[in-house]
Amino acid sequence: MSQFDVSAVQADFPILKRLIRGNNRLVYLDSGATSQKPVAVLDAEREFYTQHNAAAHRGAHQLAEEATELFEGAREKVAAFIGAKVDEVIFTKSATESINLVAYSFGNANPGTKFHIKAGDRIVVSEMEHHANLIPWQELAKRTGAELVWLSVTDEGRLDLSNVESIINAKTKVVALTHQSNVLGTINPINEIAKYVRNIGAFFVLDACQSVPHYAVDVKKLDVDFIAFSGHKMLGPTGVGVLWGKQELLDEMPPFLTGGSMIETVTMESATYLPAPKRFEAGVPNMAQAVGLGAAVDYLNRIGLEKIHQHEVELTKACIEQLSQIPQLKIVGPTDMELRGGVVSFTLDGIHPHDLGQALDQYGIAVRTGHHCAWPLMKKFKVVATTRASFYLYNDSADVEALVAGVERARDYFLGR
Amino acid sequence: MELDSLYQEVILEHYKRPQNKGLLPNQTVQVHHVNTSCGDEITLNLKMIDGTIAEISWDGVGCSISQASTSVVSELLKGKDSAAALAIIDTFQAMLQSKGSDSGDESVLEDGVAFAGVAKFPARVKCALLGWMATKDAISQSLELTSNVKKEQR
Repeated sequence: MSQFDVSAVQADFPILKRLIRGNNRLVYLDSGATSQKPVAVLDAEREFYTQHNAAAHRGAHQLAEEATELFEGAREKVAAFIGAKVDEVIFTKSATESINLVAYSFGNANPGTKFHIKAGDRIVVSEMEHHANLIPWQELAKRTGAELVWLSVTDEGRLDLSNVESIINAKTKVVALTHQSNVLGTINPINEIAKYVRNIGAFFVLDACQSVPHYAVDVKKLDVDFIAFSGHKMLGPTGVGVLWGKQELLDEMPPFLTGGSMIETVTMESATYLPAPKRFEAGVPNMAQAVGLGAAVDYLNRIGLEKIHQHEVELTKACIEQLSQIPQLKIVGPTDMELRGGVVSFTLDGIHPHDLGQALDQYGIAVRTGHHCAWPLMKKFKVVATTRASFYLYNDSADVEALVAGVERARDYFLGR
Repeated sequence: MELDSLYQEVILEHYKRPQNKGLLPNQTVQVHHVNTSCGDEITLNLKMIDGTIAEISWDGVGCSISQASTSVVSELLKGKDSAAALAIIDTFQAMLQSKGSDSGDESVLEDGVAFAGVAKFPARVKCALLGWMATKDAISQSLELTSNVKKEQR
């Protein structure tokens, strides 16, 4: 039974009415890559441009005032959504930029300051990271001479914490982990890991791209220092991401991108910088996108994240159960719903994911195939690629059934010939 | 059905029974190519004798399109000299980048024309080209080797 009126939700997403490859209903199972957008978000963005467009934080005219108010209003909405203080929310262009912001800021820190990373220090990630939470740390390690170390993943697709104390050791300056794997669906026990991070006083950076859109995330309860997430995976527009950080850290961190909007005073020789969030928002900001994200937050709040999560848990459970009936199919990731989100990766014996995805597309079913920007994880599970279905609030049990029938049909197409 | 235009019988045949799969030793050049968008990779050994392709052997993992296509190129170019081989590769590439307007010359491409349908699926063009671009790279490298040897002899 549904937690809310799913068909009413579906009606808010115009793209779901599209027909695909002929006369097929669109079965969109790729929200883990990007979500679809409700009319309310599209309207908010459009209204910003048609009624209020001006450069925020500049100009004495009415439109500039309105643009500023809308942009800052979006910040308030996002802050409330994750239980943060308003000034702790920084708008970036993407979650990728958010993580790079932290890595580059640390890299810019002077020797002797608390953010400085040097040879002999350790940066800890995990084997299940998306490239966005791996490469920035690889690069920071290269630039500073720090050592990059990682937590392994068990065969069940959970973080291997058996050696956590030798990995997160006294040398560790940064621990950067994903909240939920974009491939396996695994939700990591952040609070448990936070204890080790706190013990040695390292900074804890959390990639929350797959969690914030789908269930309640309260930064006060998480006990981490930074979280990064993207707008477009949570019904918002592309081109806007969020970095949340603890205020006392943000205000002391060196800037990443520099220029207008982020300065206090400027001479020809030097400049001083504003506190967060402006310190990290150089240039005219992505106002319409932030406003769209604010509307997305309103939309999610109206349905309720608890209900959305329950809905996704039900769909995921049904999906895993039904897919597991297919003899040639293997789920990559946990098969129980304990600490698990709405992402299901799988392989099918004898059929490459790219071929499977192609056949599913022909039936109107949109899934992700490939390495999911998590190449090391693919190697760990000894697969080249997987097929991934990911769920959101507008999916329903008919979508799950379409996927399962589609996989069977594709299997017969390739293996039956 | 449209899927059949992509997955021609010839392609599935080559996928199930790939030709020249398994690396042979004593190659002139070895290349390794990766499709960065999906992770497919192949290693390809090219053996040249007197400017002619004596052997193309390969190994790798990938989708049916990339595996079948590599199988086809490894068979088709055997016995051709470098210039002829490169011309055939260009013909194949032009067909795949034609968005479906070029159905391919069977007298030149033989089994390769089965991939004409791939051109209508932009996301799969790279799959079909993987083995061909690896072969092109290997031929170019072998030509460089030859010209370096000639320079040294001068």
